[in-house]
Amino acid sequence: MISESDTVAGRPDTIRAVPVRHPGRWIAVAIIAVLAAMLVHMLLTNPNLEWATVRKYLFSQIILRGVWMTIKLTVLSMAIGIALGIVAAVMRLSENPIVRGAAWLYVWFFRGTPLLVQILFWFSISSLFKSLAFGIPFGPHFAGEDTNHLISLFSSALLALSLNEGAYMSEIVRAGILSVDEGQTEAAHALGMTKLRTMRRIVLPQAMRVIVPPTGNETNSMLKSTSLVSTIGIFDLLRSAQAIYNANYKTIPLLVVVVIWYLAMTSVLQIGQFYLERHYGRGSSRTVALTPLQKAKLLFSGMQHHGGGLG
Amino acid sequence: MVDAQKVHKSFGVNEVLKGIDFQVAPGQVVCLLGPSGSGKSTFLRCINHLEKINAGRLFVDGELVGYRQQGDKLHELSEKDVAKKRTEIGMVFQHFNLFPHMTAMGNIIEAPTQVKNEPKAEVRQRAVELLAKVGLADKANAYPRQLSGGQQQRVAIARALAMRPKLMLFDEPTSALDPELVGDVLAVMKDLARSGMTMIVVTHEIGFAREVADTVVFMDGGVVVEQGSPSDVISNPRHERTKTFLAQVL
Repeated sequence: MISESDTVAGRPDTIRAVPVRHPGRWIAVAIIAVLAAMLVHMLLTNPNLEWATVRKYLFSQIILRGVWMTIKLTVLSMAIGIALGIVAAVMRLSENPIVRGAAWLYVWFFRGTPLLVQILFWFSISSLFKSLAFGIPFGPHFAGEDTNHLISLFSSALLALSLNEGAYMSEIVRAGILSVDEGQTEAAHALGMTKLRTMRRIVLPQAMRVIVPPTGNETNSMLKSTSLVSTIGIFDLLRSAQAIYNANYKTIPLLVVVVIWYLAMTSVLQIGQFYLERHYGRGSSRTVALTPLQKAKLLFSGMQHHGGGLG
Repeated sequence: MVDAQKVHKSFGVNEVLKGIDFQVAPGQVVCLLGPSGSGKSTFLRCINHLEKINAGRLFVDGELVGYRQQGDKLHELSEKDVAKKRTEIGMVFQHFNLFPHMTAMGNIIEAPTQVKNEPKAEVRQRAVELLAKVGLADKANAYPRQLSGGQQQRVAIARALAMRPKLMLFDEPTSALDPELVGDVLAVMKDLARSGMTMIVVTHEIGFAREVADTVVFMDGGVVVEQGSPSDVISNPRHERTKTFLAQVL
């Protein structure tokens, strides 16, 4: 409302309008509240969840060993996958058509077949090659070893996961490299940097801003994909839980244990990703991303100023 | 310092340089003028082998750019040798091309420490002096995004100078700047010219060319139309094309 006094006083009164009502929002809130209440009620009262059993197994030796195996597989296969991805991405951007073609073929094959099939393939690799040996191609061999000795259960799982991951990572890294302005490469070359040094010191650090978010996604996905190796008998988190409930038939409580662990691990990853993105974002904008604490403070003050409530 | 003999350069079927002949003596400041598309930037980029020439010969400091001559055969230089030659030629770009993930200080010390393996403390000291020289002593820890265009360009000049080049190339260094920021950059370049640096400057700043250049070269359509002292080329152009161009920009 504008009062008549503003023409006299010079500065008009601050506007005090009746805010628009949002009945739809209130209905949505009501529905969500009911559903949440039902969920909590079920979690607390459903006897089949057997929280006592969940508590008993959550930190049991066999589950913890499974968690450790899952972490180990995730970390190692992501590390190898990222390294492979960088190599394949750089190869795909090469001037040499054969090198480019080879990288394309790699990505085509490993993205084109299901991960589970690849895991089974590496698991059965000894049926394809009885032994592996060093030697001259198509010529004599020098030193060899039985494939089953050379590639253990763990390394066949690792091979499958990291080769598959490398194919996906190469696309992510390639997009990141292409996102960096060509002027950066030119400036680096003009300063006397070689291609390799330019890539390492100038292009990749800037590409990281584009690479990190989807890589976080990939890591999250990898953490869960490792559960596929339970099919070849590796005692990861899922297989360990299965082993227990196969013996005592407490399927639901043990799957709850598995869910809790996966959620805990993916949550930790998400926090790590936030700080990694913050690190590589430096210099890219005038302000750095806010930490959760800073954000909470801002949100609080923002709600006071802008009325971010339901209205 | 620079000796171009009948330099030709094509991009596909499009011939951009059609036989450039051109000499720069040590300590000279040469300004390249000409309408856009006349090939001046391309020629500048040929000098440090960012572009490969297709015909003719191009020498910097008596040595062929990008090639080695044995008998009557030319051998391409390895990537490493090309890079090594580039350390002696500084280049400043129209869009600055500072490394955004490094501070001003980081930008300046990167190449001397990484490429030339000079001791970090020594390079830092030099960087501080260079930043003071370009009037940005207090901006050592600022990231490029936090600087204005004019400040970024001055950091870029300091970055190039940190390599102690024998020759400096400027590719339209003030074209991307707001008018009020051009003066600071030109002042730094004037200082540099007075200190005896050999400079080749592609520019539209006629005033700068008139005041600072020893030689002005006017290019159009991939050829050198005329060259001479600023008073000759800018004040008394002989060719019709030069006259038309100057009438448009002045």
